[in-house]
Amino acid sequence: MTEPAAPGWITRYATAVIRFRFPILVFGVIGVVLLATNATALVINDDYRYFFNDDDPQLLAYNDLQDTYNKNDTILFVVAPKQGGVFEPDTLAAIEALTEAAWQIPFATRVDSMTNYQHTEAEGDELIVADLVEDAASLSSEQRAYAAGIATTEPLLRHRLINPAATATGINVTLELPGVKQGEQRPAVARAREIAATMGDQFPGVDIHLTGILMLNNAFDEAAMHDMATLMPLMFAVIALVMALLLRSVSGTVATLTVVGLSVMAAMGFTAWLGIPMSPPSSIAPTLIMTLAVADSIHIIVSILQQMRAGSDKQTAIIESLRLNMQPVFLTSLTTLVGFLSLNASAVVPLNDLGNITSFGVAAAFLMSVTVLPALVAILPLRVTARGEESPLMDKLADFIIARRGPVLAVSVLVVFGFAAMIPNNELNDEFVNYFDTDIPFRAATDFTTEHLTGIYQIEFSLPAAETGGISEPDYLQTIEHFAGWYRAQAKVVHVDVLSDTMKRLNKNMHGGDAAAYTLPASRELSAQYLLLYEMSLPYGLDLNNRIDIDKAATRFVVTVENASSQEMRDLVESGAAWLRANAPTHMQVTGSGIPVIFSYLTLANSIATFQGTLLAFLLITLTLIISLRSFKYGLISLIPNLVPSMVAFGIWGLVDGQVNFGLTVVSALSIGIVVDDTVHFLSKYLRAKREKGLDTEGAIRYAFGTVGRAITVTTLVLILGFMIMMLSDFAMNEGMGKLTAITLALALITDFFMLPALLLVLQPKNEKASAPARPVPAA
Amino acid sequence: MTSLLFTLLLFANPIDIDAQAAQRGLEIAQEADRRDTGFGDNVSKMDMILTNRKGKQSTRHMRNRALEQADDGDKLLILFDHPRDVKGTAFLAFTHRVGQDDQWLYLPALKRVKRISSSNKSGPFMGSEFAYEDLTSQEVEKYRYAYEGEETVDGQAAFKVTRFPNDPDSGYTRQIVWYDQAEYRILKIAYYDRKDSLLKTLTYHDYQQYLDKFWRADRWLMVNHQTGKKTELVFHAYAFQTGLGDRDFDQNSLKRAR
Repeated sequence: MTEPAAPGWITRYATAVIRFRFPILVFGVIGVVLLATNATALVINDDYRYFFNDDDPQLLAYNDLQDTYNKNDTILFVVAPKQGGVFEPDTLAAIEALTEAAWQIPFATRVDSMTNYQHTEAEGDELIVADLVEDAASLSSEQRAYAAGIATTEPLLRHRLINPAATATGINVTLELPGVKQGEQRPAVARAREIAATMGDQFPGVDIHLTGILMLNNAFDEAAMHDMATLMPLMFAVIALVMALLLRSVSGTVATLTVVGLSVMAAMGFTAWLGIPMSPPSSIAPTLIMTLAVADSIHIIVSILQQMRAGSDKQTAIIESLRLNMQPVFLTSLTTLVGFLSLNASAVVPLNDLGNITSFGVAAAFLMSVTVLPALVAILPLRVTARGEESPLMDKLADFIIARRGPVLAVSVLVVFGFAAMIPNNELNDEFVNYFDTDIPFRAATDFTTEHLTGIYQIEFSLPAAETGGISEPDYLQTIEHFAGWYRAQAKVVHVDVLSDTMKRLNKNMHGGDAAAYTLPASRELSAQYLLLYEMSLPYGLDLNNRIDIDKAATRFVVTVENASSQEMRDLVESGAAWLRANAPTHMQVTGSGIPVIFSYLTLANSIATFQGTLLAFLLITLTLIISLRSFKYGLISLIPNLVPSMVAFGIWGLVDGQVNFGLTVVSALSIGIVVDDTVHFLSKYLRAKREKGLDTEGAIRYAFGTVGRAITVTTLVLILGFMIMMLSDFAMNEGMGKLTAITLALALITDFFMLPALLLVLQPKNEKASAPARPVPAA
Repeated sequence: MTSLLFTLLLFANPIDIDAQAAQRGLEIAQEADRRDTGFGDNVSKMDMILTNRKGKQSTRHMRNRALEQADDGDKLLILFDHPRDVKGTAFLAFTHRVGQDDQWLYLPALKRVKRISSSNKSGPFMGSEFAYEDLTSQEVEKYRYAYEGEETVDGQAAFKVTRFPNDPDSGYTRQIVWYDQAEYRILKIAYYDRKDSLLKTLTYHDYQQYLDKFWRADRWLMVNHQTGKKTELVFHAYAFQTGLGDRDFDQNSLKRAR
């Protein structure tokens, strides 16, 4: 030992911890429990809007549009008969009954279906406005065929509420939620599900699926709850099992579980106290904290057990373990903290939360590991069974790399460059439907809807006319009609809702149903008066207020798109705006908005912000390493094993998946803090061997493998296991994050065991090579 | 005597109480109707001010003419003056105590009278928060009633009556109406939608008395609680018994009306 004989501050500290073990335990537990009582106030924020900053320009534009017309919180029932078309008497009756029942959903303000579609017909000088299908059960087959002909050709319905083959139809419910507290949608969703179930029983011949924005919010809500309710206990069980196997000590396992539990409780209590809401991306924070907290405990308890096996009594072992581990545990906690705090650079609010909550947890875990953990171990009985200390596998690994440093490094470099070349295969994409697993009902229903009925992504425009009442101007109507025609010709566009279609229909009605009069009215007065007439004939909840602003100075224009990626979405929005610039007067030159549009732009903004944050994290962590290793050279060398895992992981991702959502963009940032731990442990032991023991490079590598090889392997495996549990999340963002991080961590272990030592060997000073072989190498 | 009353009360079942409430509610509605009977005809000007959730406003101007009918609902003529592109458009309605109203609209741009054949009267009138059924005459026969008790509305003692529309096409399950006890004028109406949630509230302000008998409010304010939108109606230039007759309320009169 080269440590000075006089007790350092850590030794004095550790002695004090053992003396005051009971007060520390009692106050620690009481403190955490008090903090955790806040956690009862934890709320889940399930609103998709929570993904965006309040000042997101796209979100502001969209809110403005919703304030002008109405909100677009919807539940879409999709009805598909098991066989035959939707105009069979039973199915038609089911649709009519469902339409009627949907009015009872809390906060429903509008129900649009093909049965209550306000069909207009002319008979002499009479304008007849009525539901397209009324009393479905009593209709003759001719009447049903007539209704089918209208529904499948009417531009408002076709590809929106009915497919051309008439095998699936939608009932769209618009809701106005008060917007004052979280979870407001729950009673509405519960009622919608109840209606779907009741109707399913009453009409066994039809399948009923539920989708829409409100169901999306609800899926966020349920995914967050599911993750917290299932992943956390599972993680706890896995930690208990791994610790029991690794430590073979009941007390050690109990102490670890206590630290893990207290860290999570403290973090969640603090989170609630700060008023941070939980959302699906941050709902995995508790699982993450457990995974990270357990690593601190492993290092400290393994050391205690090693000391005791070597013959120390428990107290001395605890003091020695703290002396050995205080600095590395602090350092690894600090780098992990830096990595997670860098998530604050992300433009996605829930990911900022994830970074902050996990950071609290990591800080709490460090505190618990150096207070409650040694106190508890000092109290609990601890026995050790004699066991071999040798790690023959690690020795063999060291021998192998020393013998074949050249080929190992060459292969490593090739592999790294090979995979790095695959990184461009990745595409940034945030299709929020794909955030959910296919076995989540919302995802299944939405996939069914997209395949059989209509898209669920919409681009919305509020197209201003020149002046008050200007929407009736023939020029204006012509422009929006051409605009609709242009959009309809674009790939991925399934439907365009435009006022000009309604105006053409009314013009035809006003000319006795003459098909040749299916054109835009000739004058502004005609259009305005037709609209007045039409509006007077519409029932409650089926008015035009959701499509025309109160001044009649702007109309809503909605483009429905199927399965578009973020890039395709942005292209559609931008080419639409370009069309308006080229073909419409200045006052009409606006840009589309909508939820998928906001998501698609956020993807871009987020990736830039996250990249900057990740870069900052790398810099800070490298700086930390330079200072703590007291070497500029080794600090720089550490960059390679820290960067390589992320590069290769994204290369592998590019090969097997290639879709990068918000969650994946932060994986580099969050994994760097963890990856660096292995590097720290390996390099610090390597340097200690060189500096304190005077070993040469080969000897130092053998020493590093011998002392920390096993601990690094075990902690990394525990971490990989933890992130693999995240893969069980129903929320694809968490699942992907878990998968990619697990891959990154596995690669980090491989890099630290192969590439890093090979690199150190190749870089060893020339003069050392000559003198090296003479010295015998101690095993540990 | 006391014991007899007590026995009666003891045996009074809920149905009797319901029947009593229905009777009392009907009586109040009838009294209000009786006090407004005999106005003959009236004309007025109306400004309709729409406000959306953003606070943006939009105004429409129209003129109303009403003709009282002895055995049926009133006849109603609305002439649109503003916005300019609907100027000259005229709406005629024969309201009926039972059954669907008859409605026509004259479109000057088409120079034709179009009959509106629709059972719908619950949609927004000219994009406002008023439905057609909120604006037309409040015939006693259109509802069933239930008396709820006495309440104070803005310092005025009022009768509170719930009324249930008989028309299955009404947009409402029920309305709560507050009549002031002194004059049987409607002070406030709360409208409940099909799922029986409060949809909107109408309050009447600045009542004026005409011909020493007939009360008309100068300002009606409708607030939609679900969407946050508002519509205000401002009436002026009221005149009663101006000599209008049935000939001023037929399809031909629509084209002539100025």
